[in-house]
Amino acid sequence: MPTIQTFPLDAFVVAAQFIDDTPAFALGDGTVAVTDGPTAEKLGVHTGGLLAAARSQDGSLLVTTGDDGRVCAIDAEGRVGELASQPKKWIDQVACGPDGIIAYASGKQVFVRFADGRERVLQHERTAAGLAFAPKGLRLAVARYNGVSLWWVGTDAKPTEFEWKGSHLGVTFSPDGKNVITTMQENSLHGWRVADGGGHMRMSGYPGKVKSMSWSAKGRFLATSGAEMAVLWPFHFKDGPMGKQPLQLGTRDQIVTFVACHPTEEVVAIGYKDGMVVAVRFADGDQAILRKPDEGGAISALGWDKKGVRLAFGTEGGMAGVVDLAG
Amino acid sequence: MTETQIPVTVLTGYLGAGKTTLLNRILSENHGKKYAVVVNEFGEIGIDNDLIVESDEEIYEMNNGCVCCTVRGDLIRVVEGLMKRPGGFDGILVETTGLANPAPVAQTFFMDDDVRAKSRLDAVVTVADAMNLLTRLDDAPEAEEQIAFADVILLNKTDLVEPAHLAAVERRIRDINPHATIHRTERCAIDLDKVLDRGAFDLERILSLDPEFLEGEDHDHDHVHDENCGCGHDHHHDHDHDHHHHDHDHHDHHHHHPRHDDSVFSVSLRGGSLDPNKFFPWIQEVTQVEGPNILRLKGILSMDRDPDRYVLQGVHMIIEGTHQRPWAEDETRESRLVFIGRKLNEDALRKSFEACLMPAA
Repeated sequence: MPTIQTFPLDAFVVAAQFIDDTPAFALGDGTVAVTDGPTAEKLGVHTGGLLAAARSQDGSLLVTTGDDGRVCAIDAEGRVGELASQPKKWIDQVACGPDGIIAYASGKQVFVRFADGRERVLQHERTAAGLAFAPKGLRLAVARYNGVSLWWVGTDAKPTEFEWKGSHLGVTFSPDGKNVITTMQENSLHGWRVADGGGHMRMSGYPGKVKSMSWSAKGRFLATSGAEMAVLWPFHFKDGPMGKQPLQLGTRDQIVTFVACHPTEEVVAIGYKDGMVVAVRFADGDQAILRKPDEGGAISALGWDKKGVRLAFGTEGGMAGVVDLAG
Repeated sequence: MTETQIPVTVLTGYLGAGKTTLLNRILSENHGKKYAVVVNEFGEIGIDNDLIVESDEEIYEMNNGCVCCTVRGDLIRVVEGLMKRPGGFDGILVETTGLANPAPVAQTFFMDDDVRAKSRLDAVVTVADAMNLLTRLDDAPEAEEQIAFADVILLNKTDLVEPAHLAAVERRIRDINPHATIHRTERCAIDLDKVLDRGAFDLERILSLDPEFLEGEDHDHDHVHDENCGCGHDHHHDHDHDHHHHDHDHHDHHHHHPRHDDSVFSVSLRGGSLDPNKFFPWIQEVTQVEGPNILRLKGILSMDRDPDRYVLQGVHMIIEGTHQRPWAEDETRESRLVFIGRKLNEDALRKSFEACLMPAA
């Protein structure tokens, strides 16, 4: 039986992640709670609110941004370092790429910070709403109004622009690097082939905005929130999800607010508006309840550890915890 | 966590009208409340406050085939960010640029589900410069839109103009927007409770805000409001009752000034009880067809065989309505509907509205 350990943290949980093997929670009040066994210590990181957080690709740092204009990194020992500062700017987007590269955004400017501390600014005509690094190479996708811009951040080349009318909010590359997918203001997803900007995969039918996307192990499916079940679009066919039925897992009478695919198995952790968390196996839809509906409101963050044995969760209302599947 | 919606006040006003003065007052006065402020530029704000957000106005067309469905994408993000903060705050103020049309800001609070869930549009407050407004209204469509959208208008710099000029300005405002509350001010001096937390978009409160809305156009008062709003005296108890918005009737409607083809003006309709089977298809069609021309609409309606008052409001093509409360025994059941817009065909609207009325018993 899974066991559950909870931490009342009293602030919106922006991210629930493992720094190396230590569960940590980035919180809207500007702190990061790093756990130590049964306790969690809240470390002051940002002077205002904490707006976004992402784990470095090697898993050793949690990178956070805030409305104090700072980009910070926290390690498993709770050491806080400042990586960058843009005074008076709200930095509300951050993404971590290979080799310690970080991208963060404020308004129309995207800043790329290389591991050696060098920075460059990518200027956009519209606000950068979402950031994602390609799995290989130093390519960055920036979601924006009417499409997505793809930059080779190591060169001075102009970005490749993929257009599709509407406001694009979040963005992700498929793990094979062949597709780039955005979430849209209009409760749908849009996908392009990276090779030529074609494909135009339209994935719609959501009752609400899609705010969470997660690729399954091996990248066969893209799991998404925004409906009364997790909607998983198949990407292992030649034309991607076009004309295919998505997998629908964990159907309830509650909106799914967050999804996180298991790191090695075809299993997805699903968080709902009422605070419930389940894990569902793709093959047979078999599900395990990891957390019953509970105080704290909607699930706002989920994150697996490397082995996929423990799942960290957090809610909008400030409840956080760790589910251990091994018991 | 409670699901209370944070009130959002939109501050508009043409360049130089005194918007920043008002903002600085709100931020510096000791009202015991905490406001997050979304501004275009930090530049002129004289107050240090960690809840001031600089944000570029980012206007998005909704991808739903409706050209007038525009929203402020940046506001969606800012509201989302603010909601992660602990402890909360009492309200959000959004300052628009002097040249901005307020519609996208207002529509953001109708069109985005997340924003709607967490915040509510409280009122559009427009600061107008008494000295220059008449000229601006003639040469700047944005200035007209700002007056048209307003729930509260601060007619500022009143100390710089003659009473006759002031009266002419107020008449002109009334031509455009008959139901906004006008306050005369000097240097934006005003009790902030007349500006903040008004509930002007709250269907439940539409009436408590402007009782004169129902009072009819048969009053012949020509003054708008003769208390000195900048005096700082507490006169808000009677304040909303002793002025009247309707300084004209339909026959002499716009003869105060020459109206050019795309001037903003209002059309007020009135009648008895409506046939809901006729009215709802009609209002849908009017807002679909005339949506781009309709800046705002408000209605308090009596539906046939419905014991409740039906209240309605809209911005361009977006309308929303609800049953408000039962009609009181001593209340005259009647329907009133006001459109504010451009190129409205008043006669056609009146005739088609009247066709929705129940036949006289």
